[in-house]
Amino acid sequence: MSIRVENLTYIYGAGTALEQYALKNVSFEIPDGQFVGLIGHTGSGKSTLIQHLNGLLRPASGTVYYDGTDIYNEGYSLRDLRAKVGLVFQYPEHQLFEVDVFSDVCFGPKNLGLARGDVEERAKDALKQVGLKEKYWDQSPFELSGGQKRRVAIAGVLAMNPRVLILDEPTAGLDPKGRDEILDEISGLHRERGMSIVLVSHSMEDIARYADRLMVMNHGEKVFDGTPREVFEHYRELESMGLAAPQVTYIVHELKERGVPMEDGITTVAQAREAILRLLGKEGQL
Amino acid sequence: MIRDITLGQFYPVDSALHRMDPRTKLFGTMVFIISLFLADHVAAYVVATGFLALAIRMSRVPFKFIVRGLKAVMVILLISISFNLFLTDGQELFRLGFLRITREGLSMSCFMGLRLIYLVIGSSIMTLTTTPNQLTDGMEKSLGFLKAVKVPVHEISMMMSIALRFIPILVEETDKIMKAQMARGADFESGNLIQKAKSMVPLLVPLFISAFRRATDLAMAMEARCYRGGEGRTKMKPLKYNRRDYLAYGFYGIYLAAMVGVRIML
Repeated sequence: MSIRVENLTYIYGAGTALEQYALKNVSFEIPDGQFVGLIGHTGSGKSTLIQHLNGLLRPASGTVYYDGTDIYNEGYSLRDLRAKVGLVFQYPEHQLFEVDVFSDVCFGPKNLGLARGDVEERAKDALKQVGLKEKYWDQSPFELSGGQKRRVAIAGVLAMNPRVLILDEPTAGLDPKGRDEILDEISGLHRERGMSIVLVSHSMEDIARYADRLMVMNHGEKVFDGTPREVFEHYRELESMGLAAPQVTYIVHELKERGVPMEDGITTVAQAREAILRLLGKEGQL
Repeated sequence: MIRDITLGQFYPVDSALHRMDPRTKLFGTMVFIISLFLADHVAAYVVATGFLALAIRMSRVPFKFIVRGLKAVMVILLISISFNLFLTDGQELFRLGFLRITREGLSMSCFMGLRLIYLVIGSSIMTLTTTPNQLTDGMEKSLGFLKAVKVPVHEISMMMSIALRFIPILVEETDKIMKAQMARGADFESGNLIQKAKSMVPLLVPLFISAFRRATDLAMAMEARCYRGGEGRTKMKPLKYNRRDYLAYGFYGIYLAAMVGVRIML
């Protein structure tokens, strides 16, 4: 179920005065069950990149393989691919259109041509997975709060039963509580259902907490690819791209420079706390 | 897709035409259009071609880009050319079944085709070199005299500039919603007419909602900045004629005189 991207290049406005490379020779492979964080400055090409993974965009050169098959082959069913590679756009609540929440979530599985019973089964499962209470199911999606709308929209993609779930800034514009809840649900999908996740985010803290692997995009090129701790070692380069490592890594570096023997590779607040407590000889306390 | 239509787009380069006052360009386009309807002789078309060529050169927009705008009117062009070609009475040149081509038809359709092409190119040069805001500013100022007869000129031009400003935003929004629904397995291409119309619902409902949302936001932002309509409102960059514009007006006069002269004398 792996996704392999080879030398992907995409050009916006080809043949006009405004021609611009959105992606330049990007290659990588996402094995089954990995949680990948994708970060980059606005306009770095991350959104363009993820739209290739389910065949919504066609590259100028290079290609994408799903399970070893070129998805741009003639006769390859992009609709089947989109059921397996679910893509949740930025502000997905803007795509809601049905009269009630339940029928909106049914839209995806219905398009797959499933029987009515199966469609409803999947919609129910998906709504439960995103933790939306049953009392909301027959309400109009437009009457819900922002966070609830976003859950409905994510459920709309989950109901297709994808193997890979790609989310473009799923927490943009949510309050801290809504943000944590959504991220926890996503991480739950990864743990319990073994789904591969690609999470596009601006927040280094979020990525450091959840992702096994981190890819950094800059000006349409992949500049870093590795575990979060490897990538955050390059915090100076990240800053020059208008990004930053998680705030806690700065404290750790500062402590090290002042002679405190902090261990390497700390990327989350919890790890830093453990390390400091260990140094103070108070492990397990507080 | 929709983005590929170049007709009516702004082409961002710096040129003499780009810097010209929008009123001058509006007036020039009007003069050019009127002159095309005066033209009924080869000589007149030669003069008009010269005028157009000069404008294209001065605009510094690639000729290829301008011609691409013709694609949008190709069908109308072909229909009007073939009507003129086959349905004009006169001296017969050629006959195939019920189709016959006359000498008069041939010249008429050539002129007609040329006239239409020039009309489209002429007006697209104006939109290619003028931003929508400048264009509505120019219109507001030139039509200001209508205020005397209670036409809400400022309000109309404000609505026009908002509408023009929102076209690209809505195009982008459409594209985004379409992709989002395609990611959920929607199909906008296959099926018969009824199925196609039905498949538009998941696209149109979110699009309308987003248009209303944007309208509310915009209205609130305008009110927050104390917008109260045109009365007593000043401009940050008031339109002012330059030497360049007076030169252009002089040139329009000479051009129009030449076209009228050709019409009367030949």
